[in-house]
Amino acid sequence: MQQFLENIIPNVMSKPSELLKAIIDTLIMVGISGAISFVLGLIFGIIITVTKRGGVLENTIVYNILDKAINIFRAIPFIILLTWVLPISRAIVGSGIGVQGAIVPLVFGVVPFFARQIESALAEVSPGVIEAAQAMGLSPFAIIFKVYLREGIPTIARATTLTAINLIGLTAMAGVVGAGGLGDFAIRYGHNRFQEDVTWVTVIIIVVIVTIVQLVGDFMVKKNTH
Amino acid sequence: MAQIRLENISKTFHSKHHTVEAVKDVSLEIDKGEIYGIIGFSGAGKSTLVRCINLLERPTAGEVFLGDTELTSLSAAELRQHRKKIGMIFQQFNLLASRTVEKNISLPLESSGKSREDIAKKVAELLEYVGLSDKAKAYPSQLSGGQKQRVAIARALANDPEVLLCDEATSALDPQTTKSILNLLVKLNRELGITIVVITHEMAVIKKICNRVAVMEHGKIVEEGEVFSVFADPQQQITRDFINTTSNLSEVYELIEQDSPVVRLKNGEKLVKLQYLKAEVSEPLISAVTQKLGVIFNILFSDVEIIDGCPLGGTVSILSGAKSAEAVEYLKEKGIHVEVIKDAAVS
Repeated sequence: MQQFLENIIPNVMSKPSELLKAIIDTLIMVGISGAISFVLGLIFGIIITVTKRGGVLENTIVYNILDKAINIFRAIPFIILLTWVLPISRAIVGSGIGVQGAIVPLVFGVVPFFARQIESALAEVSPGVIEAAQAMGLSPFAIIFKVYLREGIPTIARATTLTAINLIGLTAMAGVVGAGGLGDFAIRYGHNRFQEDVTWVTVIIIVVIVTIVQLVGDFMVKKNTH
Repeated sequence: MAQIRLENISKTFHSKHHTVEAVKDVSLEIDKGEIYGIIGFSGAGKSTLVRCINLLERPTAGEVFLGDTELTSLSAAELRQHRKKIGMIFQQFNLLASRTVEKNISLPLESSGKSREDIAKKVAELLEYVGLSDKAKAYPSQLSGGQKQRVAIARALANDPEVLLCDEATSALDPQTTKSILNLLVKLNRELGITIVVITHEMAVIKKICNRVAVMEHGKIVEEGEVFSVFADPQQQITRDFINTTSNLSEVYELIEQDSPVVRLKNGEKLVKLQYLKAEVSEPLISAVTQKLGVIFNILFSDVEIIDGCPLGGTVSILSGAKSAEAVEYLKEKGIHVEVIKDAAVS
């Protein structure tokens, strides 16, 4: 087996510890920026839903500011965002490069997208159910937590899966700014040094990670759909 | 004292290019313990009007009283407290798909400071009341339409409301299920003393359970009164249209138009429509006329129902006999509304 692998993927087998580190770096970046983005995106998605016209906490000013901000950040290509938020990244995490440095741009890249996903997920909660909740005297916060978030779980799970997979893609791209991880690994060896087997193995590993995320997501959707 | 009082309620919806006046200057009073119907075709403004009662729609003008309290002047928190006194059920049931039946019913009780045991006890009572004790752990998607509406009713009753608003609550149900839901509404009106406001486009619903009715058209109430008197003596064309939807008497006009052999008269015969207007009609009038004047009734259509405890309706018959003119006079004296549709008098 060892022999066989060394034959077909010699360049990968020559640096197993580097590959392992790349995998771990990717998982750390996806994990940390994913967790932060999930919370922020959820909050912004909820705010934009409830402050909308006819929402349970209608507020035109808040809605308009948030709506425009999301549009602006979504319009910026990620590769530009990566360099653009460098100063902010330095201010927050103390570094613009490496795994640490990648987290801030990843959050900036993912949150607006995820907020929109949450907005459309919550829009699928029937307005009639919200109306019924209001009619029974539930407070706006009770409506958010007991109705929107609870009824929205299947669609939120779907949106989260989609976003997590996008995030994995962005993380690979963050390798460009020396963020480390699988993207960086593939570019340094696979692209720059023509070690094609490295590219192939990285792609397969990313496919495996994406597949696992998708399976977990599908399971969550299924479990919460009645 | 009135349980619900609407004073000069108007509701106008503005969009960029046009405004819609959904409700125009409506005032009405609904007494405690009555079942009040509001009927109208879709777009008449009845759903908007009923939403003005619990301020799901805030009226553009006018005041809403629940007992002594004027609702539009309340703070958001006070309004939520008052909304607990007003249950509401909907055409689409609006149950939470992610919660079981019992969790749907307990939703309005959560965060009310009640203990878990008290809530469980109340939910069990409500399930028993609507006859769904065996479905406590089921999800709404596993229930039939009628069962879903029963759950919605149980949920609406959770806070022991004084008023129940029903927005087309039976419009998505089949006739058999509609009947059982209407019976349940009557039951909770009688047993729990809940004032019920019913919004519908079906005259049959009004006829079956309401004490008073308001007919809505183009955002206004065009006719209002006791269901019996509105049925017996409608003033507006739209009211007559609604009444005709539940009566087959008007089919005779179609037969005449088609020149059906059923309505072709022989010499001396009269085609008449008789309608009961007075609540106290209980004499066997047709038999009396036959015995007294020897006039024979050939009944083509008959539609008599008991509304609010009184017989209402009428028949379309062909009268034959020498004294048929006298028979018509006699019936009129007895308070029957007689319309001679066709008269083949001997000339």
